[in-house]
Amino acid sequence: MSDRQTDIPVIETRGLGKVYSPGTEAEVVALKQVDLRIHRGDFVAIMGPSGSGKSTLMNLIGCLDTPSEGVYECDGVDVSTLDREELAILRRDKIGFVFQGFNLLPRMSALDNVAMPLGYAQVPNADRRQMAQDALESVGLGERSGHRPSELSGGQQQRVAIARALINKPPILLADEPTGALDSKTGEEILALFKRLRDDNHTVVLITHDAEVAAHADRVFVMRDGELHEEKSDARETRA
Amino acid sequence: MSFIDILRTAIFSLRGNWMRSALTSLGVIIGIAAVIVMVSVGQGTQKEIDKMVSGLGSQRLDISPGAGRGGGGVRMSSSSFFTLSEGDVDAIRGEIPEVQFVAGALRGNSQVVFAENNWSSNWQGVQADFFDINGWTIANGEGFNAQDYSGAGKVVILGETVRRELFGEETGIGQTVRLGRVPFTVVGTLAPKGQGGFGQDQDDVMMVPLETARRRLLGAMGLPPSAVMQIALTVTDAKDLSYAQGEVEALLRQRHKIAPGEDDDFNVRNISEIVATRTATTRLMSLLLGAVATISLIVGGIGIMNIMLVSVTERIREIGLRMAVGAGPGDIQRQFLAEAMLISLIGGAIGIALGIVGALLVGKFGSLPVALNGQVIALAAGFSIGTGLFFGYYPARKASQLDPIEALRQQ
Repeated sequence: MSDRQTDIPVIETRGLGKVYSPGTEAEVVALKQVDLRIHRGDFVAIMGPSGSGKSTLMNLIGCLDTPSEGVYECDGVDVSTLDREELAILRRDKIGFVFQGFNLLPRMSALDNVAMPLGYAQVPNADRRQMAQDALESVGLGERSGHRPSELSGGQQQRVAIARALINKPPILLADEPTGALDSKTGEEILALFKRLRDDNHTVVLITHDAEVAAHADRVFVMRDGELHEEKSDARETRA
Repeated sequence: MSFIDILRTAIFSLRGNWMRSALTSLGVIIGIAAVIVMVSVGQGTQKEIDKMVSGLGSQRLDISPGAGRGGGGVRMSSSSFFTLSEGDVDAIRGEIPEVQFVAGALRGNSQVVFAENNWSSNWQGVQADFFDINGWTIANGEGFNAQDYSGAGKVVILGETVRRELFGEETGIGQTVRLGRVPFTVVGTLAPKGQGGFGQDQDDVMMVPLETARRRLLGAMGLPPSAVMQIALTVTDAKDLSYAQGEVEALLRQRHKIAPGEDDDFNVRNISEIVATRTATTRLMSLLLGAVATISLIVGGIGIMNIMLVSVTERIREIGLRMAVGAGPGDIQRQFLAEAMLISLIGGAIGIALGIVGALLVGKFGSLPVALNGQVIALAAGFSIGTGLFFGYYPARKASQLDPIEALRQQ
């Protein structure tokens, strides 16, 4: 697909499964035998209607949850044996989250929002402002660092959130419906930003229910009843 | 997160809702201030009691005339006021070796006049040991000599209050004062004792020799010869007090020819019994005061817990976000614990300041004795730290145990 791929996948799952409330009447098999390999520099979309297991997969990839069966190696680290503290460290180092609702802290300036994860990464205080300022500039918001989220537009808020996701230089950027709260033009801008990040060798995983949004990705996976299928690019081209 | 980061984040969060933080602190402020005031009052009262105990002495017995403990006032005829005599004093001195000092005394009240100054005061007609028993020392001049005691010398020793009223700045030694119509020479003054355990002015007193009091001041009353109104004694060793009490009672019953089964015509009191009762009362009061203070502190602590739980619920998305960007359960727990600690420490600091001011005010304007010391303040500081830790732990724990997926999903 792209010459930026290396042989070691940054996300690799083998036979990944997740069962909620196992052994009870309320047992739900949310994920079945998912095999997924995503390499550094990939821009991947995972599509699916609600209830398809899409969110479960995202939580697993994002190291927010551990699988019931199978293996997930996040940048070479097997996640299944980690406890809550270790998962937190893995998230800090490997995953940058971008949410539909931006999730900025309303009382903090854009700069402080972006710098917030640095505290958990033990970055010396003296370096934080400069790093946060650089991250804001990289998403085109260098001039707005002192503004609070309420003083920024939706697109600008999402850019701040992306800058925050990138601040600890994680290999994986995990975006959950990042354009869901934005108008289509602003959404396009955010997607263009993701493509640029991919070109800078970031791995972008986009979770969405919107086929048009997913079409921006290089590879598209579809979740159906807990199973993952890759949509072949030729199929997409014919549909387009 | 470093300690500085945690502190800065906590301050930032508390400032965001400063009114609520201040009101929550107020609970701790009141609690800590109450602890300081209450404990200082309790300790002050205890100290006062201790002072009284040492002032009165636990080696001391007081014998007064009249029916024993079981007797009612009805049986007391006028003659029963004079059942004790100098002979009893001598017998006690001679026959009970455990006794260190023993003295009989007469007492009364008289107008005392020097030039144009006059003052009404109590006088005591005393035997020589009386000064040692009661811890009186001579400040100026000298005590009575043997001649004064045996010859009913017209000499007087003034307590500090009487001296001040009559002579102002002067010692008054060698001057002549009149007690009633009888002129007395001032031979000495007593070192001041200050306020007594029951709040009376102990220095408003005059001493004359026993025989002088009987002849010159009470002559018209027709006392039985050699009668005394009270006998006080001390034992050499406090251990022997109750033994000596028994001996004294037996000796006096024998001397007064009281048949077995008949009531005593005298009353031996052990001061430490009275003090023990008072100590118990004070201890109970201290306990109650302490309990009140502790309850208000607990209420303050519950306020912290309540607000922290509300805060955790309100900021559930923030918690989820922080967890998503790499905060572990420990980070979240430390952050919320730091907020609770900050509320209680700030409250504690203000409460200590207010408590000190309050205790000083109570000491100055209230009638209660106050003992304010470093111990009380250290105790209060410890309480404020403990309150924050204890009541902050559960909400912080709860926050740290949140599932980041659930937390992020909250609207």
